[in-house]
Amino acid sequence: MEYRFQLEQQLKERPQTIRFDRIEDSQTNPNEIVITAPASSISGIADFLKNQKNFRWLMDIGAVHYPEREKNFEAVYHFFNREQNKRVRVKVPVKEGEKIPSLTPIYKAADWAEREAYDMMGLEFEGHPNLTRILCHHEFVGHPLRKDYNPRQNQILSKPQEFHFDPLPENEDDDVLTNHRNILNMGPSHPATHGTFRWFVELEGETVMRAKTEIGYLHRCFEKMAETHKYSQVIPYTDRLNYLSAPMNNDGYCKTIETLLGVDIPDRAKFIRVILNEFSRIIDHMVCIGTTSVDMGALSTFWFCFKERENVYSLFERLCGNRMLTSITRVGGMITDLDEDWIRDAKHEVERLRKAIDEIDGLLSNNKIWLDRMQGTGVVSKEMALDYGFTGPCLRASGVDLDLRKHEPYYHYDQFEFDIPTMSDGDNFSRYYVRICEMRESCRILEQALSKIPKGPIIIKDPSIVLPPKKEVYSNIEALMNHFMLIIEGIKPPKGDVYSYTEAANGELGFYLVSDGTGNPYRLKVRPPCFYIYSSFEEVITGGLIADAVATLGQFNVIAGELDR
Amino acid sequence: MKTLTPLDQFPIFTTRIQDFINWSRKHSLWPLPFGTACCGIEYMAVVGTHYDVSRFGAEVVRFSPRQSDLLIVAGTIVEKMAPILRNIYEQMPDPKWVISMGVCASSGGFYRAYHTVQGIESIVPVDVYVPGCPPTPEAVIGAIIKLQEKISKGDTPQQRLLEKRKMAEATAQTAEDSDQTAFTSTPLGRH
Repeated sequence: MEYRFQLEQQLKERPQTIRFDRIEDSQTNPNEIVITAPASSISGIADFLKNQKNFRWLMDIGAVHYPEREKNFEAVYHFFNREQNKRVRVKVPVKEGEKIPSLTPIYKAADWAEREAYDMMGLEFEGHPNLTRILCHHEFVGHPLRKDYNPRQNQILSKPQEFHFDPLPENEDDDVLTNHRNILNMGPSHPATHGTFRWFVELEGETVMRAKTEIGYLHRCFEKMAETHKYSQVIPYTDRLNYLSAPMNNDGYCKTIETLLGVDIPDRAKFIRVILNEFSRIIDHMVCIGTTSVDMGALSTFWFCFKERENVYSLFERLCGNRMLTSITRVGGMITDLDEDWIRDAKHEVERLRKAIDEIDGLLSNNKIWLDRMQGTGVVSKEMALDYGFTGPCLRASGVDLDLRKHEPYYHYDQFEFDIPTMSDGDNFSRYYVRICEMRESCRILEQALSKIPKGPIIIKDPSIVLPPKKEVYSNIEALMNHFMLIIEGIKPPKGDVYSYTEAANGELGFYLVSDGTGNPYRLKVRPPCFYIYSSFEEVITGGLIADAVATLGQFNVIAGELDR
Repeated sequence: MKTLTPLDQFPIFTTRIQDFINWSRKHSLWPLPFGTACCGIEYMAVVGTHYDVSRFGAEVVRFSPRQSDLLIVAGTIVEKMAPILRNIYEQMPDPKWVISMGVCASSGGFYRAYHTVQGIESIVPVDVYVPGCPPTPEAVIGAIIKLQEKISKGDTPQQRLLEKRKMAEATAQTAEDSDQTAFTSTPLGRH
């Protein structure tokens, strides 16, 4: 409250360029302030927040379509200040065709975020250097996330997009033979680009002189699908965002709805979520290290990593029936409980994981070839990381100790003893080693959580949110009707919007949810951590060797499902 | 194939040349994993130590279409990716086979959406479909065995096409056979 008055005063004192309509506290998050402002003053507000108030992160830009309003679109900006742990959400209502000043001169993270808002909603950003489609293909007509776009209307692409670089200014002194530049297209079907990324690079020898990246090769319309399904039907879709650590996405999504509903889940459910999250974090990092080592030619590490993944998969499978894509959380708690056998085996598995982590550490961390390939390559400075909106291990490798588990503890993370490993070099080795250390910290959390797990219910008892137990559905009519109504109409959160975030394996996984009081989400915008990390890729690889770019991509741990949604 | 003498003495087999070729082909599948999404990660588990697909002669994973004869489409194919998948398929040498791994590749899965291809059979011909989201590694190995059975019978569209071409050459047919181009140049009903 105090912070809001202070901010309001300071904003009012600013020159006449900044106007705002409303400033209020967020209904769902005590640390969040919501400002509604006209389009003309957004860059003034962003400049003020970044330079005067130390909001170093532009977390996300979302866009919402309200066909019935006069100003029928709304751009939603999320800013974050780490030192004071404050968030500011700026809503900018605009009419179709009205131009919004681009934030690209202030935050580099705005580049891709604005392109996405343009692609999905058709918002126009004035001053953006390259306002083109980013997720849909280049022959696509219309903007799919507008409410009038039919979700089933496919548009066939006739041929892949062609790239070209602007020709260099001609210099007569240049020797044609020594100054020859090669153009190389890598991906999207290339082992080093992990399936769905495409880069287009200009090489001089083996040095990357200019680079372009293209994404969207796995854009499978998560956000539109969420709008056409009930709240609980969206949970399986969230699995497929970051499919390496599916329970974390389930958790992030369910936490968003729980925040909007204002419910608190039982302690045991919180502990189960922590346990699954930390297991997921470990196996996510394992894949990251394993696939990077394959790209570097160290195939055996990959086998070591996947062996351990299999064991964790077995634990997941016992719990919910699926190895990878668990869909195990529900709004209000969990769907299955851990039994004593599971906990015993999980403890045993943590011991094995500790050994495996030591083994991987021993194989790679002092390996001469590995060090040569990883140290000093793909360097991301602290400033650059902040500017691009990095979060998670990649940010911590650049020397910023931001971890939401410590910074804004949820699910009793404050009761566990663990450290936040950080490194300062910002190169590939730092990112690798931060992950190794984080896996050890996750093991520590797991050991504590598995021994301290309290007894009790795993899901809340609220007939408007949670399905009644099957036994009751088959034996009494109220429960049967309750079951029917909840399936047919779904959970109905109150009208409003919420931005909720968790620390996923790659960084802050945020969900911005707008509810109109019906059973379907009105708009669900995901803030995928690797979207912002990957947006820096062009800049990071320029000037380095093409082979180092492969290592950098591996250590950025970009997951296509989450990147393209 | 028929063994004439007991194996431990003097192994002699009699067979037809085509059967022998099919037998060799089925035990040396070189897959190209076109892994785009979750199924791609599960395919890694198939190749990994626990499930070890090399027991079935299909572990030499090649990412170059020129060096492979089995295209495993593991993951969702979106409209942006469709022409690339077609390109990759066309670059593979004959005979070639396709396994569609998972429901996304087979039918679009639960992504009935504006940017998702509703089944890859409109882009490439598919020999074996594997259900599941994602399929278990056992199911993928099952699909490879199923494909091996089909190959040994000579019962895949690719093999039939090769047979036809051979027949056409033998009878010195110069006119272009419509079947001959069925899977090589015309896009399959997408345009």
